[in-house]
Amino acid sequence: MENKRKKFLSGGLGQLTIPLIAIAILVIFNLIRDPGFFGIGISHNNDGNAVLSGNIITIINGASELAILAMGMTIVTAACGGQDISVGAAAAIAGSVFVKVLKSGSSISVGTVLLAFAFSCVVAMIFGAFNGSLVAIFRIQPMIATLILYTCGRSIAYWINGGATPTVDSSIIKAIGGFIPGIPVPTPVFIVLLMAILFKLLFRFTSLELFTQSVGINGAAARLNGINPTLIKLVSFIILGVCVSVSGCIGVSRLGLINHETLLLDIEMDAILAVAIGGNNLGGGKFRISGSIIGAYVIQMLTITLYAMKVPSTDVKAYKAIVIILLVVIGSPVVKARFSKLMARISENWKKATVKGAEE
Amino acid sequence: MKNPFKLFKRKEPLTDTQLLMTITIVIFFIMYLSAVFGLGGGFLHAKQIFDMLNDNSSLIIVACGLTVVMIGGGIDISVGAVTSLVVMSCVLFLNRGGSIIGSILLALGIGLVFGIVQGFLISYLEIQPFIVTLAGLFFARGMTTILSIDPQKSQHEAFNTLRGKKIKISWLGYTAKNGNRIPAQIELGVVVAVIVVILVVILLKYFRLGRNIYAMGGNQQSALMLGINVKRTRFLSYVISGLLSGISGYVFLMHTGAGNATNAAGMEMNAIASAIIGGTLLTGGVGSAVGTFFGTMSLTTINKIVVASGLNEPYWQKITTGGMLCFFILLQSVVLGRRSGKKSSGKIKAFFRRLINSIRKKKKAST
Amino acid sequence: MQEECLLTMRQIDKKFPGVHALNNVDFTLRKGEIHALMGENGAGKSTLIKVLTGVYPMDGGEIKLEGQRVLIHSPQDAQNAGISTVYQEITLCPNLTVAENMFIGRSGVVIRRKEYEKRADEILSRLGIPARSTQLLGKCSLAIQQMVAIARAVDMKCKVLILDEPTSSLDDKEVQMLFSLMRDLKSQGVGIIFVTHFLEQVYEVSDRITVLRNGELVGEYLTEELPQVQLVSRMIGKELEELSNLGETEEKQDEEKEVFYEAKNLSSSDALPFDFTIRKGEVNGFTGLLGSGRSESVRAIFGADKVTGGTVTIKDKRVKITRPVEAMRNGIGYLAEDRKRDGIIAELSVRENIILALQVMNGVFKPISRSESEAFADEYIKVLNIKTASRETPVGSLSGGNQQKVILARWLLTHPDYLILDEPTRGIDVGTKLEIQKLVLKLAEEGMSITFISSEVEEMLRTCSRLIVMRDRHIVGELTGNDLNQTQVMKTIAGGEA
Repeated sequence: MENKRKKFLSGGLGQLTIPLIAIAILVIFNLIRDPGFFGIGISHNNDGNAVLSGNIITIINGASELAILAMGMTIVTAACGGQDISVGAAAAIAGSVFVKVLKSGSSISVGTVLLAFAFSCVVAMIFGAFNGSLVAIFRIQPMIATLILYTCGRSIAYWINGGATPTVDSSIIKAIGGFIPGIPVPTPVFIVLLMAILFKLLFRFTSLELFTQSVGINGAAARLNGINPTLIKLVSFIILGVCVSVSGCIGVSRLGLINHETLLLDIEMDAILAVAIGGNNLGGGKFRISGSIIGAYVIQMLTITLYAMKVPSTDVKAYKAIVIILLVVIGSPVVKARFSKLMARISENWKKATVKGAEE
Repeated sequence: MKNPFKLFKRKEPLTDTQLLMTITIVIFFIMYLSAVFGLGGGFLHAKQIFDMLNDNSSLIIVACGLTVVMIGGGIDISVGAVTSLVVMSCVLFLNRGGSIIGSILLALGIGLVFGIVQGFLISYLEIQPFIVTLAGLFFARGMTTILSIDPQKSQHEAFNTLRGKKIKISWLGYTAKNGNRIPAQIELGVVVAVIVVILVVILLKYFRLGRNIYAMGGNQQSALMLGINVKRTRFLSYVISGLLSGISGYVFLMHTGAGNATNAAGMEMNAIASAIIGGTLLTGGVGSAVGTFFGTMSLTTINKIVVASGLNEPYWQKITTGGMLCFFILLQSVVLGRRSGKKSSGKIKAFFRRLINSIRKKKKAST
Repeated sequence: MQEECLLTMRQIDKKFPGVHALNNVDFTLRKGEIHALMGENGAGKSTLIKVLTGVYPMDGGEIKLEGQRVLIHSPQDAQNAGISTVYQEITLCPNLTVAENMFIGRSGVVIRRKEYEKRADEILSRLGIPARSTQLLGKCSLAIQQMVAIARAVDMKCKVLILDEPTSSLDDKEVQMLFSLMRDLKSQGVGIIFVTHFLEQVYEVSDRITVLRNGELVGEYLTEELPQVQLVSRMIGKELEELSNLGETEEKQDEEKEVFYEAKNLSSSDALPFDFTIRKGEVNGFTGLLGSGRSESVRAIFGADKVTGGTVTIKDKRVKITRPVEAMRNGIGYLAEDRKRDGIIAELSVRENIILALQVMNGVFKPISRSESEAFADEYIKVLNIKTASRETPVGSLSGGNQQKVILARWLLTHPDYLILDEPTRGIDVGTKLEIQKLVLKLAEEGMSITFISSEVEEMLRTCSRLIVMRDRHIVGELTGNDLNQTQVMKTIAGGEA
């Protein structure tokens, strides 16, 4: 009994407690506010397909890019003890490359899409390796190292397509960014699922998770156990590069055009936030990808809830900030310690009171 | 100052802070002089420097605040957003009949509140500074658009005259082709910025708080053991940064005379870049306000050079800024790597070996 | 008696998760005395000091300074109360100058730089410390840094001065300088708590000795009334007899066994060229003073530092070992000297820590399955008697001895042919020490080659059949057979032989 209570207080689910509680609160709040909030309907889109619609779909669909970036960001955070703030800019580059290759052919087939994705993936991995080598070889803090690409990334994207914002008109691209005919669930959701499965498989069939955590917690000890910390850090950035490319391509496909200035703007902040809300230590070390994914959905659900409350999209940030602060304050070790002390005192007093009561 | 060469006859080798600062200053002058000789044009006139100062006074101020935080081993990315919020609040305050004094107090108040709340959360509740100041950034940006989504121009007469006041130095000016005399002008904001830089230098160098911030950034555990109240020191470093963001907002308003939701967009990253180029390390313990000042000036100079070279599309500026950041970061990494590490420890060991050997020889000689 | 008591600590109690670090410990310090605080590693000396200086809050007990009860919650409180500490790891700021380090944390709001520098120079020259006040502390040698820390404490007119292992990085001359400084302070009425593991120094300088063992008070003695042997037995306790029984089971005939590893002119960025051989089933050891190059040499064998030259032969085959992973593939394991820094991955579980090295050897693409790793962990937790709540407990919350066993398990799991143990028994309790020593001998019997390094010569004599003695980064002798005794080892280390 005593043990159980302790476990509950310290969070029986470990680091997932806070994000799950956040989701639960948001769900309850929305149900009270508007019981129909989570209703799912079926509507027909422009192509005449029957597709699911409703807030849940909007949330799950809208968070796709964020969730994918958060996965990669988690690995970088764990290995390097810092964050990559250039993911938005790098996604713009990846998206630009994607469009550039698509436009270079006469027609767009599945083959060219795959080729374009492969190109954008390679480019994003190269930029990841650039960031990674600054961090791993030159030992520069991730945030400073990635500040370089953050500053000039969108300008490079601009240069790739000559300053234009070319549109891609193709049913395949529409299917990637929207719906595959006949399937009522938006495609990006499947891509998130696919990425999550890929990560799961990566950790299942390699020992990258153990090595990454070891490097993040104690690099010196990891090295003496035969792990190459430089390589692990580099790999983490390259993996993030893949995530950047995937989310960049989704972003492009959604709109059917590449706008280097606005594609996934400010998403780096949200991605880092998702990692933190997911209960991962931004100082590196132990991590749970699932936490970051949930974190991404928390952020998106919060945003959609605010939209539903008729908050203008430009003002959303202010309310988001308040919720973030509340979440991190609850999660803060100092507050947790105070809280558990308080609980201990209350239970002691209660015990005393019951003993007294029994005596009387 | 009996010996004018005293500076060059120092007994002590340069500290990391001084070394990085010197590198920045030297590179700044090399860059500027090569622009003067290579490109001529605007660079020949003193007006160029004054314009650079006029355009960047608020950036210099926030970068100084950020430098204080970074020396203490923290980070504050809310500075640009707070600046923007202050601009918007003050414009609305003035346009609704507020006084100038009131608007100044409002600016300082907003900055202080951000500094105090963020500082409290970071130092006393031990929440990661990046997340707290990111939330601060979101909140300030959101509040700015809540206040007004449309641009607001100042209609306050007294304020507009105040902000129109410029220090004119006509002998530093030049005569344009059409025969008009164009004087060099300094805005009041530059004066404020220079005062801020001087105050921050004095604070960091001659005040207990400043040295405590260096100690805390250098080694937090040691600072604690030396009896420094680390929590309060960290708290105060964020308060300073917040306060300077407030001042920066007011200076920004004096420069533009209008509030806009996109004001000071990306300023936090420019401020971080300035501090880094000026030789402040994100790891803490190393950095200076003077270095940051020259960091800002270097960034501006490179952008001016790019424009003057005919590459006046905006994306070139960003690419050169990125390139310059990359150059400085790698330079610092190499310079500091050479100074510390194996070399010094080897020296210590060699010294001890010699000492032990000499003692042993003496012992042998005596027996 | 009562009036000259400067500091009294009564029934101090401190618990850490899984460890009762201090159990009702009393400690009394009188005015103008040098009081040695003695105990084995892990006896609770550091904890007692950290409680006194406010680094750790105490769970029970009270502290009185000059008869007044004081509450110390932070190092600042301690400083204000007149308790100054010079820690073993130097706790000054390397990025500030000497003068700043001496005055930081206690200056006025405004820094009067010139005045401080003048005062600092005065104190430095009075104490004979060869440093300038304007020098950057990080550019000074470790010894100087330590002395600056003492100078700081001296200038603070402290009533109680705590010196935690101050002499471990000083040479003889500097130690004498420090001692005269301590006597000087003593005559001024300062009470000095002196923590050290050098017994001779205790007898040279201290007036009184308090001995702790396993977090409990053993007793307080006048130095002159407690012979050295008695002191050692008080520190080690009754296990002494048990320890001395160990040596007899040893076999010391390794000459016929085949050579497993041979290095010629091996050198690294930190180690000078040396030759080294170990046979199958042999236990040998590197000995010498701290900094003599013993750790650097074994690190070179393992490829832990940058290898710069030499040839290595394993089982008569030339191999190249430049990185730890290559050493591991060649059947070498290495338990590092600094457990916290180079050994444990604190936040990972016992299980993950145990399988780490094996996993690295298997390669990144062949992960050990969960069930397999659980079986491994359970097996070694049982075999090595690791005391842990479960195999999923973070290893950082275990006691020092159990952490060490986890790392041992990590290497044993890789089934190495050759295991290097650098200070495996440092900072762990006597019982575990004994277990580790027994294990070493057992493994050797099974055919494993082992290199054993320990600061305690006695421990090495019990386990090793051959000792390589190092001094000033050179091998100065090799002792086997009848030469393996304390006097001979000491002689060789000190360089006293002809």
